[in-house]
Amino acid sequence: MWNVDKVLNKDAEHFAPDQIGVTVSRMPNLLSAKKVDELTVELTTKEPDSFLPINLTNLFIASPAHWKKKLTAVPAAVADPKERAKQAWVAFAADASGSGPFRMAKFVPRERLELVRNPDYWDAKRRPKIDRVVLLPIPEPSARTAALLSGQVDWIEAPAPDAIPQIKSKGFVVHTNAQPHVWPWQFSFAENSPWLDKRVRYAANLCVNRDELKQLLGGLMEVPKGTVPPGHPWWGNPKFEIKYDLAAAKKLMTEAGFGPTKRLKVKTITSASGSGQMQPVAMNEFLQQALKDCFFDVELEVVEWNALFTNWRAGAKDPTSRGAHATNVTFAAMDPFFAMVRFSSTKTFPPVSNNWGYFGNEVSDKLIAAARNAFEDKARDAALANLHAYIVDEAPFLWVAHDVGPRAMSAKVKNVVQPKSWFIDLAPMTLD
Amino acid sequence: MLVYLAKRIVFTLPIMLGVAIVCFLLVHLAPGDPLVSVLPPDASEALKQQMMALYGFDRPLVEQFGRWLGRALAGDLGTSIRTSRPVVVEVAKAVSNTLMLAALATIIGFILGTLLGFIAGTFRDTWIDKASSFLSVIGVSVPHYWLGMVLVIIFAAQLGWLPPTGAGPGGSENWRWDWAHIRYMILPAVTMSVIPMGIIARTVRALVAEIMSQEFIAGLRAKGLTRLGVFRHVVKNVAPTALAVMGIQLGYLLGGSILIETVFAWPGTGLLLNDAIFQRDLPLLQGTILVLASFFVVLNLVVDVLQAALDPRISRS
Repeated sequence: MWNVDKVLNKDAEHFAPDQIGVTVSRMPNLLSAKKVDELTVELTTKEPDSFLPINLTNLFIASPAHWKKKLTAVPAAVADPKERAKQAWVAFAADASGSGPFRMAKFVPRERLELVRNPDYWDAKRRPKIDRVVLLPIPEPSARTAALLSGQVDWIEAPAPDAIPQIKSKGFVVHTNAQPHVWPWQFSFAENSPWLDKRVRYAANLCVNRDELKQLLGGLMEVPKGTVPPGHPWWGNPKFEIKYDLAAAKKLMTEAGFGPTKRLKVKTITSASGSGQMQPVAMNEFLQQALKDCFFDVELEVVEWNALFTNWRAGAKDPTSRGAHATNVTFAAMDPFFAMVRFSSTKTFPPVSNNWGYFGNEVSDKLIAAARNAFEDKARDAALANLHAYIVDEAPFLWVAHDVGPRAMSAKVKNVVQPKSWFIDLAPMTLD
Repeated sequence: MLVYLAKRIVFTLPIMLGVAIVCFLLVHLAPGDPLVSVLPPDASEALKQQMMALYGFDRPLVEQFGRWLGRALAGDLGTSIRTSRPVVVEVAKAVSNTLMLAALATIIGFILGTLLGFIAGTFRDTWIDKASSFLSVIGVSVPHYWLGMVLVIIFAAQLGWLPPTGAGPGGSENWRWDWAHIRYMILPAVTMSVIPMGIIARTVRALVAEIMSQEFIAGLRAKGLTRLGVFRHVVKNVAPTALAVMGIQLGYLLGGSILIETVFAWPGTGLLLNDAIFQRDLPLLQGTILVLASFFVVLNLVVDVLQAALDPRISRS
């Protein structure tokens, strides 16, 4: 309740308006929380929403007792209650409390976070074997690689793909696994968009040899079959198979009225870098070349990452889209809203959310409503599978790659389990 | 002199106001959403408006500028959107880190630049001169970013002599002037020093060449002064200009280098700017640019006043 109040109750002593963005935005239906008994909390939402339990982790549960301690330590000279609360939260961020396998020992913003093992962790089997973990932000991929190769660090995130052979040749281990992170072109369904024709959308999806792209990226991608992979509870059984079939792609384009003498001009906006964008320029140039074989003439426009991200919400019809017919913003697909709903509902058309291309209709809305109203896990997964199958069959994206979250580590780091997620479990790891 | 000083300070005020306006407007005119670092793009429009109001971004631009300037004059540059920490605290820490790096880079640049310049000027038009001049031109021309990466590959990744990134084993918070920490500075400082080295070398070479060709040098030699004695006279004549050039270079280096500090993850103003740009942290970006721009303005003021103090003709003119 205290943690719900911190972002929903403006009268609460600990109300933290700057935390609203990363919490409430993930659960816009949440209205309030009420204590039922010592072990039960009642949450009230605006409408039936079976996705809420999945999204509740985004509340980022903080310790009320620890926050109170920080509040008490704020100098008495600071009289304004809002300012006192703000300062208490800043102090909390610098010295957060937790009950996990590791505890925060030191935090220097923008420089380092040090974690130490929690010897009192409740689950004795998962008490960490490593005493201390130091996290350092090193923004430049080549510098990260050098830090690993020189032995300054034992582990780096996202090594540069062209450094992988060198890293492996020196005895380091590269861990990868497909993650719920999609690298797509999101098509525009606005008036006069060339992607309004389903045959053209299918043709683009069939025209890209993703195995070659994987080779280009040093193996650091997974070939997609949809937003989620086959075998996933939300997979469904789409009729359209995403694969490389040049003949079929050309045939579809011919049926749509295009050919060697009548080529289709399409424009895509992308960025030179950005969170999760992998190697956007190289990958887009690969697509540009690949799609040439299917009578596409692709114009690429590279814009600054924040501008691209902001435009994602503004939508294809906005002037900041610069007349583009597709945008290339990668996205996480770890919950139903993030993975599918925001891209396929008429309620998420710009500027409400990220349905940049205005893809959505009565069918998708009904499928989404069915999923939101299914409160048993199996029923909800089945409804989401129907939605996923529908999305793949309608192809509002050119699905290009799934990220594999590469991590390069010293061979000294043992018991690493690379998950299908950004979040990795440090507790079982050991260091020789 | 006091009148001159007062005039220069008065002239500085509109410059500072101009700097404030430019740095405020540039940041606001750049494309992108100022709340991108705290509000996911799928957040509702209502929530977005609520956050805009919270940070004051819903107010007219003139009002935003007035409030920002008023607070800045009182020493409050706002709060970082990303970390919720006061911008002043973040910038002060970064400036002190950059100052350390810039000071070392200037010392390296000055020593090497002066050495190269003297060698080139003394042995004018010989292969030694050409080799020294070649090195100084390389110093001015070579891309910092590339040089930094090459040094990291050689001295950190291949030889393992020096650490490639960071500001010491415990970070800049625990900085100490011992070898364990100073070794973290060497690669970024050397990378940063190549431009001042090149500029100082070229300046000193030209000065030495010119002084050596003057009649008083021939006179000194005719009086029987040893080579070392003549050299002392050359140094005395070269020093003021070389020091002035070094001072200007120090000013440039104080601004930090986004590329160098990013490559070496050195927590100075360059890396802070890099963070602020990529996280679109407007208060931090504005605060950092304002502080750095103010540095230049104040530095120019100090140089002008010092010049006038050393040469009274300047203040009279």
